[in-house]
Amino acid sequence: MRRLFVLVATSALVFALSLGGAQQITLGLSVSTLNNPFFVTLRDGALDAARSAGVTLIVLDAQDSPAKQLNDVQDLIQRRVSAILLNPTDAAALVPAVLQANRAGVPVITVDRAVAGGEVVAHIASDNVAGGRQAAEFIAQQLNGQGSIVMLEGIPGTSAARDRGTGFREGLTKYPGLRLIASQPANFDRAQGLNVMQNILQAQPRIDAVFAQNDEMALGAIQAIRTANRTGIMVVGFDAIPDAVAAVMDGRMAATIAQQPAKMGQLGVETAVGYLRGGTVSIPVDLQLVVR
Amino acid sequence: MSPGQSETHSSAPARWSAMPRAVIARIRVREFGVVMAFVAMLIALSLLSDRFLSVSNLSNVVQQSAVIAIVGFGMTAVILASGIDLSVGSVLALTAAVAATWMQSGVDPWLAALGALALGAGIGALTGLVIAWSGIQDFIATLAALSVYRGLTLLHTGGYPITGEAMFAFSTAFAYSSILGVPTPILVVVATMAVLLFLLRMTALGRSIYAVGGNREAAFLSGIPVRGIRVLVYAISGLCAALAGLVLAGRLASAQPTAGAGLELDAIAAVVIGGTSLFGGRGGVLGTLIGALIMGTLLNGMNLLDVNAFYQQVIKGLVILAAVLIDRRPEGG
Repeated sequence: MRRLFVLVATSALVFALSLGGAQQITLGLSVSTLNNPFFVTLRDGALDAARSAGVTLIVLDAQDSPAKQLNDVQDLIQRRVSAILLNPTDAAALVPAVLQANRAGVPVITVDRAVAGGEVVAHIASDNVAGGRQAAEFIAQQLNGQGSIVMLEGIPGTSAARDRGTGFREGLTKYPGLRLIASQPANFDRAQGLNVMQNILQAQPRIDAVFAQNDEMALGAIQAIRTANRTGIMVVGFDAIPDAVAAVMDGRMAATIAQQPAKMGQLGVETAVGYLRGGTVSIPVDLQLVVR
Repeated sequence: MSPGQSETHSSAPARWSAMPRAVIARIRVREFGVVMAFVAMLIALSLLSDRFLSVSNLSNVVQQSAVIAIVGFGMTAVILASGIDLSVGSVLALTAAVAATWMQSGVDPWLAALGALALGAGIGALTGLVIAWSGIQDFIATLAALSVYRGLTLLHTGGYPITGEAMFAFSTAFAYSSILGVPTPILVVVATMAVLLFLLRMTALGRSIYAVGGNREAAFLSGIPVRGIRVLVYAISGLCAALAGLVLAGRLASAQPTAGAGLELDAIAAVVIGGTSLFGGRGGVLGTLIGALIMGTLLNGMNLLDVNAFYQQVIKGLVILAAVLIDRRPEGG
């Protein structure tokens, strides 16, 4: 009976090998989660760039768990990758991982979100603070500087959430007529965005605008608003994932701040390759406002 | 009917105070199959990946399995007494968050750690008291506790991770240090296992735990304080959860509000793969260690072999299922 278990376990591993990739000169991408279309696009951009540059790219999905991501980075170091592209689930929790990579002599490039310590060769991200400000400006114009606003925050502890929040609040200070009446984390997740928005709708009789720090939460909020039969609430998202762009085009969402995830992934790979062949780069990626 | 049906204990008290050699022999017979499976995995992985068998990777694997192993040890005690503790992940998060807050406000890290362990044991004992005295099923009670303690964690942290200078110092000093060349977390795992192994196999208390799990009625009738034992095992579980929380907070240099989410299932899986029966009365911590290592090795191996993350979930589930199916013994004397 035990031998059967041995057989099953070994077969499972052999099966796993058939799914696995090759191991040559490689880059490692540790992405926070592939449950978010934004990061899927980022990964795809990176894979395309890797193909053009003729390098192999290993992608590990941390499923939004800092503990798993720490293990993923350790395993990438074990695999002697030439460089690591890191999209951290949490700014502080991944510092030990970056330090280990530093000690092992593996260069680290952070993508979309920053880490709070350790040495990083380059940081490739949108200017999330500017993006938050842009969202505030847009809402202010649409509401003529008067109204009650709700913000849905991303995963606390990520630089993306922190920066977008900072930018948005900064943008609001210019308009004393705009009041931020509620700001709650929904962890960049659509289902949580829906639940949190439902609760806020219960608590707040008058809401004029919602700024969600990413499109997934915005789409959840839109759903909540519709189910509650509330009208006159404009929703602004962030990321411009395909679902969100469609929502903007048919009027369900007012606007979204477009990042360029594919380009981020591509730049990540290109920067890594460029660095390994000599040189340093730090590139902000442009943001655009997407409206109908 | 004698309590339990395995060779790990017998109905005659005299044999328990027998020579350590006899005990070790029994342990070998019990866990041999699982060890064999583990060794087979090691061999397979070292053939499939040339990165697997390095000292640094193996060290990583043990450290990566440490949290599950430590929580698993506590869970073993609970399951041996035919209970279950679904709240371990939440207890881990709560105690780590409290310890982190203390450390960040200047409390000596040792003191803060001890405080966290005491808190964990206390919370566990509270859970055990509720279960033992109210008659609520442990599944439901610990499920409720899971929610309550997670909520308390979120309240305490405000949803934000707790980090800072003190946490980074703690991380370096505890999770990334080594004693005599062995990484500290590995020593913590070994020490915890040794203590629980001694308790469970070599003391009357341990024998009582097996007895309560094997046949609660018979244990009660033979004068064993069943309620007390049930409270004790939950306290042990809480203590282990807190210890694992410290290890995890050390690894991540922060106390995460979502730490340990889903960990209860991984811990139960480690316990079950290791051969402990979910019905109680049969098994032990050595098996749990192997179970945790098997899971950690599996995940590490799949990372090294570049298996898609979604397939990793599927394979992990299948291995757990296989282990449980293989381990089923026919019921009855």
